[in-house]
Amino acid sequence: MKIQLLQLCHARSGDKGDTGNVGLIALKPEFFPLIKKYVTAERVKKYFEGICLGKVERYELPNLNALNFLLHNSLGGGGTVSLKNDAQGKTLSSALLRMEIEVQEKINIE
Amino acid sequence: MKDKIRIASGQGFWGDLLSAPVDQVTKGPIDYMMMDYLAEVTMSIMQKQKMKDPTLGYAKDLIPLMEQILPACVEKNIKVITNGGGVNPQACRDAIFKVAGKLGIKGLKIGVVSGDNILNCLDELRQKGIDLKNMETGESLDAVRERIVSANIYFGARPIVEALRQGAQIIITGRTTDTALTYAPMIHEFGWSWNDWDKLAVGVVAGHILECGGQASGGNFSADWKAVPDLAHIGFPIAEAYPSGEMIITKHEKTGGMVTVQTVSEQLLYEIGDPTNYITPECIADFTTIKLEQSGKDRVKLSGVKGKPNTNLYKVSMSYSDGYTAISTLTYAWPDALEKAKKSDEILRTRLADLGLKFDEIRTEFLGLNSCHGLIADMPNIINEVVLRVGVRSHDYNAVERFGKEIAPLILTGPPAVTGFAGGRPKPSEVIAYWPALIPKNAINPQVVVTEV
Repeated sequence: MKIQLLQLCHARSGDKGDTGNVGLIALKPEFFPLIKKYVTAERVKKYFEGICLGKVERYELPNLNALNFLLHNSLGGGGTVSLKNDAQGKTLSSALLRMEIEVQEKINIE
Repeated sequence: MKDKIRIASGQGFWGDLLSAPVDQVTKGPIDYMMMDYLAEVTMSIMQKQKMKDPTLGYAKDLIPLMEQILPACVEKNIKVITNGGGVNPQACRDAIFKVAGKLGIKGLKIGVVSGDNILNCLDELRQKGIDLKNMETGESLDAVRERIVSANIYFGARPIVEALRQGAQIIITGRTTDTALTYAPMIHEFGWSWNDWDKLAVGVVAGHILECGGQASGGNFSADWKAVPDLAHIGFPIAEAYPSGEMIITKHEKTGGMVTVQTVSEQLLYEIGDPTNYITPECIADFTTIKLEQSGKDRVKLSGVKGKPNTNLYKVSMSYSDGYTAISTLTYAWPDALEKAKKSDEILRTRLADLGLKFDEIRTEFLGLNSCHGLIADMPNIINEVVLRVGVRSHDYNAVERFGKEIAPLILTGPPAVTGFAGGRPKPSEVIAYWPALIPKNAINPQVVVTEV
């Protein structure tokens, strides 16, 4: 089945220079293995084509049922250099929550 | 020793909610309040203010705020720790003493932490073999040396702990790590050892949760934001610390917002890199070891936090001048709002090219359509209106200034149904770029001065 990450996760994003970070947190512990399996660094890099011009790194925080993504070269130079409306990457989190994943597992959202 | 202390978050950045610190000192019990004022770009702004007027260069908001809260702080013996001293903590202290005098407060002790500002000794340091190269790109400082605007060391908790030991009630620092403002009082009160890495790490984690104010207590919360109660009166987070290292994140009763495992989790993930190595001057915290548990209404317990030994380096935050930008907007209405905005952008770019102006970047965004999610966003077929937003950046000041004069003419010489040019011509603003570096700790001496009036 196809499912949007908004159904499975919440998220927060911010900046460090020209790198955006997105913390993706499973709404329930049982969703964590799913996002760990399907929301890979490669998929996130492809998804943010045109926004993330550098590499994507992924870190796991299983205690918090969370993944941390670093999106390098994503903020138009960052800080006061950037001409972007979202120079600090504050909305990268909601952009990632729009992503749809195709899962083999059955998921009970309620 | 106290059996617990409560450290409140008062400000998460310069420009944060002004009523928050007042609520923290009046709406419930606290022992300490930390206030973070310094973003990476802030020091350069303050350095410029100080160059124009030697009595400035700190967070000016602090002075009227102190006037408001000082009587309650003195009465309840609440200690205030802030990095709002910026590049001129001494001037900030003097201004607060003036306020205390006006309020008739006597015997107030203010501690100042300085020595972080190395702007005037960069060449001296480099002669000693400290290269201050860019820690991210490896580039030599020579590339930007003549354009450096500010240079500050990120101090940790040690100088703050020393000021507390000397009895300071208010502590004003320059560039200090945001987290140190929170865990310094724990070390002071509980006598935690400087190599008890796990306890230091739990203090660091509490500091990370508090350093962005309301972002840990329901603000900017993405899970079920509609369910957050009374954001108008949001209570900022409070860390309740125990000598054993037990830590509860909470907030005052009868304030808005909420403290849940979810709100705290979002803040823990905010602006971090490798979670196993969260580096501070006193220890390296491993964020993957953090366990959270809802231990009551608006109470979240932290446990399991592991720390590792610190490094022998301080981080240096430098900034340099790197050209100019200007940004302007125009609003286009139905019908064909997006087509009009695109045409307008094309006309503007043609005129800029005809003038032979050189820009490092011209960026066009359509607010309401793609400025946040770019190509990820689906474009609707019919829109009521769209905001054309064009920004330019150049090392040529005149080119950026001329760009500002090309916007208004589009209203009478471009596509129709256009409005929203209320702010006048956009003025060039200076680009302040960031230069992070490392420096051996033994090359620098933090200074602590506690003064009483």
